[in-house]
Amino acid sequence: MQQIFYFIEKYKYFLLFMALELVALLFTIQSHSYHKSQFVNSANAITGGLYKKHKAIFQFTSLIKENENLATENTLLRNRLESLKNNSYTPKDSTYQKYIYTTAKVINNSFTKKNNILTIDKGRNDGLQLDMGVISSTGLIGIINNISNNYATVLSVLNSQSKINARLKKNHYFGTLSWNGNDYKKAQLVDIQRQANIQIGDTIVSGGKSTLFPEGIIIGTIHSFDKTRKTYENIEILLSTDMSNLGYVHVVENKEKPEIKNLENSHD
Amino acid sequence: MTRETLTLSFRFLILLLVQVFVLNNIQLFGHLNPMLYILFVILYPLKKERANFMWASFFLGLSIDFFSNSGGINAAATLAIAYFRLPILKLIINRPDIDYTVFKINQEPFIKVILYTCILTFLHHFVVFSLEYFSWNSFIPVLKKSINTSVFTILLSTLYLLFFRKNSKSNF
Repeated sequence: MQQIFYFIEKYKYFLLFMALELVALLFTIQSHSYHKSQFVNSANAITGGLYKKHKAIFQFTSLIKENENLATENTLLRNRLESLKNNSYTPKDSTYQKYIYTTAKVINNSFTKKNNILTIDKGRNDGLQLDMGVISSTGLIGIINNISNNYATVLSVLNSQSKINARLKKNHYFGTLSWNGNDYKKAQLVDIQRQANIQIGDTIVSGGKSTLFPEGIIIGTIHSFDKTRKTYENIEILLSTDMSNLGYVHVVENKEKPEIKNLENSHD
Repeated sequence: MTRETLTLSFRFLILLLVQVFVLNNIQLFGHLNPMLYILFVILYPLKKERANFMWASFFLGLSIDFFSNSGGINAAATLAIAYFRLPILKLIINRPDIDYTVFKINQEPFIKVILYTCILTFLHHFVVFSLEYFSWNSFIPVLKKSINTSVFTILLSTLYLLFFRKNSKSNF
């Protein structure tokens, strides 16, 4: 017995070191697995609240850019509205909409790390849930991965865990959008078939395969690629959104998602 | 004792806030964030009893992790340098018996202080980026990023150390 006490006394700092390192490593491993809610995240009241206060003070620095984006988006939506007016299609239930958007403000941005995560100032109380898509007026942003009552964190497209279904706008060949961690202006498109016939400058939009995003949300344009005998390689996508300068974003709720999930699960 | 605790708590908070709201928002050359908060570990007074120091360093790292959504990366790295600080310091100072009660980092030769800062900083950054990339294949990028970021952290730390070396004789 005395031996044990002696041992503990002698190596107590080392034991404390090992124990705390183990805790830290567990948190780290947890943060590397996508489908687990994480204990360490900035969507809690303290960090979220501080970020919100900080953002409130420094928001004016991005107002000009923000206004320009809003004006551009307004024009785009106006044009789309006009083209819809001439369309003979009328929905059976005019109040029905498949996607519902909630506006949120990015209160903490990150784009230089290997795994980037944003914090937004809306949470469960505003109707947000885990795994909702987040877009901005200029393109796709990411997916909600942690949520508290008033804040949420968003797994950015600039994250090594992020895998988003994407397709070519001109035809329906699809692939997966991922990020290699190098340049925050460029993401990579993988798993696209050789028949897709891609060209530099082609537009990439969100595919309809996932229930997170509406189909056709712009992601970016093809910047460069290598062509081998069998496949395309190293397809670099120039992101349409400037991820280093995010202001307001829209969180997408898919009304039909429970129904789709239910149907898919009923096959098992 | 209480005054020291107060100073240390104050330093903990200030370094945390400066790191999260200032340094994490500046991107040198596009992708480098200096991590000045490890000054807390570098400047912490030497004591025989080290458990408090290790807990404080761990929680400082964990607080940074909470803000930057990085799991336990900063906690692991900060704890590691807190644990290895004493052996490294002994190695650099190269004196067989360091009297903990009168030892002050400011009164050591400046070149040795810088060397000590460099080693701790690089060690910390290397652990941070290894855990961030989390794969053996990216050893070279991890090394590169650790060195590049260390340069800026060391630069800022040195400025701080120089400033306080001149300014006061009685800090901890």
